[in-house]
Formats: sequence, structure tokens, C-alpha cells
Amino acid sequence: MDKQTTSALLYLDGITVSFDGFKALNELSFIIEPGEMRAIIGPNGAGKTTMMDVVTGKTRPDSGDVFFEEGTYDLSKLDETEIAALGIGRKFQKPTVFEMHTVEDNLLLALKNDRRVRATLLWQSSAEQEGRIDAILDTIRLKGVRSRVAGSLSHGQKQWLEIGMLLAQEPKLLLVDEPVAGMTDAETRATAELLKEINATKTVIVVEHDMTFVRDLGVKVTCLHEGSVLAEGTIDQVSQNERVVEVYLGR
Amino acid sequence: MSNAFPLTRLLDRGSTIFLVLLGAFAIAIPVLNLIVPAGSSLHVSTYLVALFGKYICYAMLALSIDLIWGYAGILSLGHGAFFALGGYAMGMYLMRQIGTRGVYANPILPDFMVFLNWKELPFFWYGFNHFAYAALMILLVPGLLAFVFGWFAFRSRVTGVYLSIITQAMTYALMLGFFRNNFGFGGNNGLTDFKDILGFNVQAETTRNALLAISCLALAMSFLICRAIVTSKFGKVLVAIRDAEARTRFLGYRVEAYKLFVFTLSACMAGVAGALYVPQVGIINPSEFAPANSIEAVIWVAVGGRGTLTGAVLGAFVVNYAKTYFTSGALAAYWLFALGGLFIAVTLLLPRGIVGTLKYGFDRRAAAKSLAAEAGADAELAPTDAAPRAAE
Repeated sequence: MDKQTTSALLYLDGITVSFDGFKALNELSFIIEPGEMRAIIGPNGAGKTTMMDVVTGKTRPDSGDVFFEEGTYDLSKLDETEIAALGIGRKFQKPTVFEMHTVEDNLLLALKNDRRVRATLLWQSSAEQEGRIDAILDTIRLKGVRSRVAGSLSHGQKQWLEIGMLLAQEPKLLLVDEPVAGMTDAETRATAELLKEINATKTVIVVEHDMTFVRDLGVKVTCLHEGSVLAEGTIDQVSQNERVVEVYLGR
Repeated sequence: MSNAFPLTRLLDRGSTIFLVLLGAFAIAIPVLNLIVPAGSSLHVSTYLVALFGKYICYAMLALSIDLIWGYAGILSLGHGAFFALGGYAMGMYLMRQIGTRGVYANPILPDFMVFLNWKELPFFWYGFNHFAYAALMILLVPGLLAFVFGWFAFRSRVTGVYLSIITQAMTYALMLGFFRNNFGFGGNNGLTDFKDILGFNVQAETTRNALLAISCLALAMSFLICRAIVTSKFGKVLVAIRDAEARTRFLGYRVEAYKLFVFTLSACMAGVAGALYVPQVGIINPSEFAPANSIEAVIWVAVGGRGTLTGAVLGAFVVNYAKTYFTSGALAAYWLFALGGLFIAVTLLLPRGIVGTLKYGFDRRAAAKSLAAEAGADAELAPTDAAPRAAE
């Protein structure tokens, strides 16, 4: 397929992925405009994580198109490393920080920089990089624990550190998988604020089960079911959709 | 960050102590052997000099394994192959130095080739009469094999136990090859009966002491190279790969390139260790490729403590000293039981190894101190430690 004519940052069209006959994604299509924040909801097995796997290059679609940046890049032809280099960052469902590294080393590794072997061998710390790390530590409110080993952080702190690592990569598009799972109400609210802050400069896709949190975000919502889009619109529109109530929200 | 000045980055307290001890060892042993008279209780016998030289080479092999296993999580159970290849390259040089002093007095062909009725030198033996060429091959042959092997393995994302198994297969295949007479490396008997190295008699006391000192120097340099790597940002990426490979990939690091670099470097290091080993033990034969040898080397690292570098060296010394002690007396028959028991004991009681356990203790004390200081200063900055409620 040639270059697409679309204004979308992320363009998914007719994506199908099947595992041993089970269709994890079934003709999934949606687009994300630059600067948008989108919440993706849906029951377990709806294909939310598989969708992220397709976008980040972990899984190749059986059919369909995935384009990034107004159709410039065909993501189905690139691997994880190349896609990360294009500016797509991902936060996993289970917080995966580098447990043996300190908080600031985690950020250092994530910091946008030359990722090649030679560059990291000859790397020297610089005031500019330290400044960037400091700024991120402020944003994610972890300055006080910067030299602690990431493995010793609380669950909520790890989630935030991972969001910080996403920021450090300076991606154009952030994929955030269940950022508030296991957080207290106060932390959940703070995380919604943090994501809104991030959305001021970046495009964000959030996958989340917590409906209060999605409401707090106040953005366009896409509900997935059995690998395709069931409903799309504001949170109120989607939560009043009969099919959504039936398969996901419950009565 | 603390790594502003390269030298302080390289030499933390443990590394400095290690290098000082190694330097003292490299000087003291030759002094005690050559200068202190044989009757003195302080005299070190030439047998011990050769034995320590051997240990130092083993320590270097252990160091090379620790670099890839301890830091990058690549468990090679075939590292003995690179050690043996370096050893064979050195052995080939030493064979060519024998010249007419061999049993058959052939100026070109080593004895085993004359015995096999070969008329001319195989092409892959060309150049080995020059030390510089042999030295190059000592680095190049193990390095190239590791590069090709790693290129395929890491690109296909072979990890964990599968990688360990194919490294075993690699060393086993090489062993079978080298056992064959027509392979051109002396078959079963390998290469032996060396006369001199760079014009010095390999059997002479002074040569043995010099080889010990050179081995210590090589170990020190390897150690510094390893330190430079593990304390760099590259080293942080390695640890990241070890602990969460997929995550590192999603951060945009080319994981296979990192693994390939460190694996190849480690193989070169093992090759040098093998090359220094051969003149000190006086023989290299295919049994060096035996899978059990590679596994034993991994045990040294586990005992000393993986991911500590100094632990690998200590482990190689401790286990090999125990081996020498056990196998030279009435207890010889029980050595394998002792080795197996040691491995089980370390796994159960000291999973971090000797140095790893010590380090962990120090780190915890330091962490407790800084935590106490932190609690006073910026407790209110950190988010509350949430008691995670069940998410799904």
C-alpha cells in the first residue's frame, strides 16, 4: 500500500489478528488525530492490549493497515525498536520498570538520546540531561526518591515512574495501558491530572477499566468488543449505548 | 550522578582493593619463588607458581562469563569453547616453535602430522610461526565464532535455557571435531611437548613466573575493561536487558546489538585466558571443549557471586583451590560430590554468591541510612505508599 492521505497521527484500518483461530482483533478501525487524548474501554478480551501490541510492533496484523504520522510510516512493517524510535511510547499494564536500577537511572535509560552501542559506551552525563531528568522527576513527583532502587517503590510510584519514562522518551504518541490499576482514589485523581498535563503537548491513548477515571479525563471514548469498535463518542454517549451497557458496563 | 569522573567511576572501593591484592599477588609469588631460598618456610614452589598461573587464567574465564551472565543475563554453557580456541591458537604457535627438536625433527611439520604421514602444512597452520599472527588469531578466532553464533542466536531472539542449550551443543560439536585426527589439530592428544615461547624455555622457572605475572596483568586489564563497560550507560542498558528484555526493546534499544557486542568481547577475553593457560599447563587437547568444563566455570561465577566481577575471580580461586585440595589426596573420588554439594549449598544458602552477599549487606546498610535521612527531609514529596487494592 502506498502513502496514505490522512491527517491522522495514528490510522488503523481493518486490522485482524488471530491466534490459533481466535480473532483477537476483527476488522478493527479507528483514527487518532494529532493532539488528541482518547480513552479505550471494553471488557476483558476485547482486544485492547492486542491493539497496543500491533501499534508497537510486538504483534503483526494478519491483515489491515496501521499508519503513523499522516500515513508516512507503515507500522506493520517495522519492529519494536524502530517504532519506538519513531516516537511511540508504551506504558504496560503491569508496571515494568527496571527494578535493579535507581529511579533516576530508569529515567536516564528512557531519555531521548542516541540508542546505539557506541553512543552508550562513550556516554557522559551532562547538565542538560540532568536538567531534563530533574524536570521529569518534578512532574511525576518522585524527586524525593530519585536515588532509590525502583524495585523498592510502592505500586503507585512505579506506575508514575513508568509514565515518567514515557515522558523522557519524548514520544509523539503515548500508549498508556491501565495507568490507575491498583491505585488509591487520591492517586487516581492525581494521575488523571498528570495525563491531562501531558496531553497539553502530546497525543495520548489510555486503556482503562476504571470508569470514574475515564470520566475524570473527559475525553472521547472508544469502546471495543470482540476485537472491533462497538461505540465511540463522549463518555455519556458511550455509557448510554445499549450494546455497551449490555456487554461491558452491566445494568 | 556519581559517574562524572571516569577513574572514580571505574575504581570503587571493592575494585581498588581487588587490584591492589592482585598486584601484590603478581609480585609476591615470583619473589617468594625466585628470591626466597628453597629451604625457607616462605618459599613458594614452582609447582605452586604454575598452579596459581592456571587459577588466574580460570579467573579470567570466570570474569568473561560474569560479564555476559551477571550483567546481560546471557547464560553461556559453552564458554569453555572460546577458552579452548584461544588455547589452540597459542598451542599452534608453540608447536611451530619446536622446529627440529621434535621426535621426527621435521623443521616445518609438528610431530603428529609426520606421524599421520602428512606431506605439507595445512593452510590454516600458516602464519602461526609468528607470535604476532598467533596473538591476533587468539582474539580473532573466538571473537569471530562468537560474533557469527551470536548474530544468528540473538537476532532470532533465542534466550534463556534455549540459548544455554545451543551453546552446549556448540562446544560439544567442536569437541567432536577436534577429537578427529584429520581435523588437523592433533586429534585426541591435542598439542603438547612445547619447547619455548618467544625464545624463552616454557619449563624454566623464570618463564613460569613471568607467565604468572603476565596472566595477572591480563586479568587486571580484563577487569578494568569489564568495569568500564558495566559502569557506563551501556552497562545500565545490559542490566535493563537482563531484568526486562522486552521493556528495553520498547524503549528503543537494539537489544541484539548490545548482546552481540558484549558476547563477542567476552569470547575474546575467554580466548586470551585460554592462550595464557596453555603454556602454563603445557598441553591443550579436545577435552577442554567438554561441556562439563563450561558448566564448572559457570559454577565458579555462581559461588563467587554473579554480577559482581570480583566475585567471579574469587569463585574461580575458591572452587579450584578446593578442587586441587580434594583431587590430590585420598578424597579424590569424592570431588564431584563435593562440587555438586557446593553448588546446591550456594544456591540454597548463598543465592547471591560470596561477594554478592557481602555487597548486599553493605548496600542494605547504606540504603537504610539514606532512607532514614530521606524520611526526615522529603517524606511529603513522595506519593503515599498505596496499599494496592486488587485491580482486576
